Amino acid sequence: MAPKALDYESLNENVKKVQYAVRGELYLRASELQKEGKKIIFTNVGNPHALGQKPLTFPRQVVALCQAPFLLDDPNVGLLFPADAIARAKHYLSMTSGGLGAYSDSRGIPGIRKEVAEFIGRRDEYPSDPELIFLTDGASKGVMQILNTIIRGEGDGVLVPVPQYPLYSAAISLFGGSLVPYYLEETANWGLDVNDLRHAVFQARSKGITVRAMVIINPGNPTGQCLSEANLREILHFCYQENLVLLGDEVYQQNIYQDERPFISARKVLMDMGPPISKEIQLVSFHTVSKGYWGECGQRGGYFEMTNIPPQTVDEIYKVASISLSPNVPAQIFMALMVNPPKPGDISYEQYIRESKGILESLRRRARIMTDGFNSCRNVVCNFTEGAMYSFPQIRLPPKAIDAAKKAGKVPDVFYCLKLLEATGISTVPGSGFGQKEGVFHLRTTILPAEEDMPAIMASFKKFNDEFMDEYDDHRGYSRM
Amino acid sequence: MAPPVSLDTINPKVLECEYAVRGEIVTLAQRLQDELKAKPGSQPFDEILYCNIGNPQSLGQQPIAFFREVLALCDHPSILDKSETQGLFSADAIERAWQILDQIPGRATGAYSHSQGVKGLRDTIAAGIEARDGFPANPNDIFLTDGASPAVHMMMQLLIRSQKDGMLCPIPQYPLYSASIALHGGSLVPYYLDEATGWGLEISELKKQLEDAKSKGITVRALVVINPGNPTGQVLAEDNQRAIVEFCKQEGLVLLADEVYQENVYVPEKKFHSFKKIARSMGYYGECGKRGGYMEVTGFSPEVREQIYKVASVNLCSNISGQILASLVMSPPKVGDESYESYSAEKDGILSSLARRAKTLEDAFNNLEGVTCNKAEGAMYLFPRIRLPQKAIKAAEAAKKAPDAFYCQRLLNATGVVVVPGSGFGQVPGTWHFRCTILPQEDKIPAIVSRLTEFHKSFMDEFRD
Repeated sequence: MAPKALDYESLNENVKKVQYAVRGELYLRASELQKEGKKIIFTNVGNPHALGQKPLTFPRQVVALCQAPFLLDDPNVGLLFPADAIARAKHYLSMTSGGLGAYSDSRGIPGIRKEVAEFIGRRDEYPSDPELIFLTDGASKGVMQILNTIIRGEGDGVLVPVPQYPLYSAAISLFGGSLVPYYLEETANWGLDVNDLRHAVFQARSKGITVRAMVIINPGNPTGQCLSEANLREILHFCYQENLVLLGDEVYQQNIYQDERPFISARKVLMDMGPPISKEIQLVSFHTVSKGYWGECGQRGGYFEMTNIPPQTVDEIYKVASISLSPNVPAQIFMALMVNPPKPGDISYEQYIRESKGILESLRRRARIMTDGFNSCRNVVCNFTEGAMYSFPQIRLPPKAIDAAKKAGKVPDVFYCLKLLEATGISTVPGSGFGQKEGVFHLRTTILPAEEDMPAIMASFKKFNDEFMDEYDDHRGYSRM
Repeated sequence: MAPPVSLDTINPKVLECEYAVRGEIVTLAQRLQDELKAKPGSQPFDEILYCNIGNPQSLGQQPIAFFREVLALCDHPSILDKSETQGLFSADAIERAWQILDQIPGRATGAYSHSQGVKGLRDTIAAGIEARDGFPANPNDIFLTDGASPAVHMMMQLLIRSQKDGMLCPIPQYPLYSASIALHGGSLVPYYLDEATGWGLEISELKKQLEDAKSKGITVRALVVINPGNPTGQVLAEDNQRAIVEFCKQEGLVLLADEVYQENVYVPEKKFHSFKKIARSMGYYGECGKRGGYMEVTGFSPEVREQIYKVASVNLCSNISGQILASLVMSPPKVGDESYESYSAEKDGILSSLARRAKTLEDAFNNLEGVTCNKAEGAMYLFPRIRLPQKAIKAAEAAKKAPDAFYCQRLLNATGVVVVPGSGFGQVPGTWHFRCTILPQEDKIPAIVSRLTEFHKSFMDEFRD
């Protein structure tokens, strides 16, 4: 009988090439161990609520009311819900075409896109057009859509930072394009050197690749660095010279833990540069409700904003969005609430500020605790987490450890992370999942475990690391930057 | 230098794909709607009626109260232990919310779940499938998705390696299939449903098209069956289904069974039987905006399941609210539950109303000159065939429109009713149809019928040969 269509051999090769370590080998092993009864601390993915962060109260009140609008008719609703949440629920319901259960416009509810545009306008001090903002089921879907629009075949290259969040490498594989890596410099705080960019593009072109786009993740994932205004300007100039569309992944824009480099959007820098550049460089910016201090990962709410994309291309992107009919409506409301939160004077304002500040200040402290904790460990060096949600320590593995890994048939950082998992229950993602320089090893963990648990987690890590280094370190030299 | 992202430089597959359900006619309708808002009375109708898309709650259908109660409580669990909550929510909704929250680690509905969906919710869905089919279902075979579309895209991605890979699709079909095949660079291999026999699916037609494709060097990988049909509304007979499964087995094809309308069966002589693979957001709950769906994948190797899981994991997970809703739909209130009576009344109310509306509109279409309309045995649509006079066809040509698109636009301009031209779904060449939903509220139907009838008469008066 003929091979069956869904036999492994006959699957689309591009699917087989896809790798996504965030939910790969380590995560699967951790899940197995969890089933066997071991206590696991999942630090493999930026999933705040899974580690005890509480949802903000106000958005949950509003969305609950939108889910069950009959509540709004009940005279007792005020006993459970504050007046401003009730008003907001009515406000957003009136924007829908039949409540949360109706497909919305394929680009998202117009009134909500308008609120997103207004938010961007306040943030950047330049107006934003709601018609160029598309809401999506999470930022990832938006990224995939845009990459699918750009990539025609393997001759098309996309510049991606190394280390990178592996959505980009996975999507590029899936769509049959070529990933063109540009290395971030660990010794320079994961800085970006334009010369490296030029070099990467030159190499790609010499292989016959047409470089089409450049991805920046700001603040960085897994690296956490916040780009300076000067850096962003350089990048934009570079894209202008090389005719690249810039894809600005800005999902961590609310997560900033130092004051020297506050978040500045790629769009603001572009607009500041003025015409002709500001009218020519093509830019797509991405944001989400999953990160920041909201952490509403499970809602799957995101948007992308297009700048200087020709109207006909926007139409094509709209057409593809319409095949999936519409992004989920509850998440659209979360997005609206995120860009348009309670204001001073609102009943829920104080609680909102208290909750948000509490989370952000704690994240800032945890970023410091983790960085310092890692730096106090033998053979571990860790850049400070300036932003985002992760710590990405470099583990200098002794040659004996690397040999042991080879014997076990594992990449060295996978070997280390598996041992860490078995010994401590801490589930991380090996640096190889994000890309790193040859012979340099890292792991990514989140800064999300509860603050009160952090000392114990860092102590547990330190103990494991000390024992590991005792076992494998013979003081004769080890992997280095 | 051409800007990096322009029409000349984007992925040509994006340019190629089409999706008429939200295509040109909808854009026109939106424009008319804006005009009407700006200048009331400027059109020969008071409102635009969107009969282009299966979107029940946008046309006034009410959500099932029990489902919404549970969802609201899951969205805002901190009110669960407040005494005021007992006064606002039914007891079984509160209980169900607790049950569901206990299945979610940390009761965190804002956290990414397992990439296939929360395990406990998949257990519930599997139990629901078993209760429906009388055969066990494995929760590990279930992938919860943001609506049906991502599931279809995933399967197309898996199966299509190049343009040489073909997917057998019914004509007429719901254009998600043609669009996703084009987007993923495959070939659509059409098989024609027979309008004369109530849109029957003949195995001989499948065989013929398969052989035809093979002779053109196409490897056919899968067969798409939509049951109940969209746009055609037919419900397959059990022996037909058996023959289809047999055909797939013989030819080594994956069977992609779109069974989203399984709850919408309006004729007593037909019953829904699952092909055991579905994604849903329709039925009588119509919760389109939630994007809740699942696919059940059976009969394939662990290596392949790994690949499906891997692709699903890149997107992390589907939205939790939609996952919860999918589980509720597969395990609704039972006899004895506090909410059972009201739930039952809501469900029966909606389904019987849909059946009545289907019949009323079917009769109305059949009364139009030159129009025949097969019965809607299931789903949410009618797909009448219009026989256009030569004069009309010539006028359409002059306007550079497909004849059915020409008719539909005239219909829109005269009545405000938005339907989708049959060319958006595929039809036997030289025949013309349009798809109209049966979803406008029952009290609006008489007005729609009279407006349509009036329009058709004047159209035929204008173009009759």
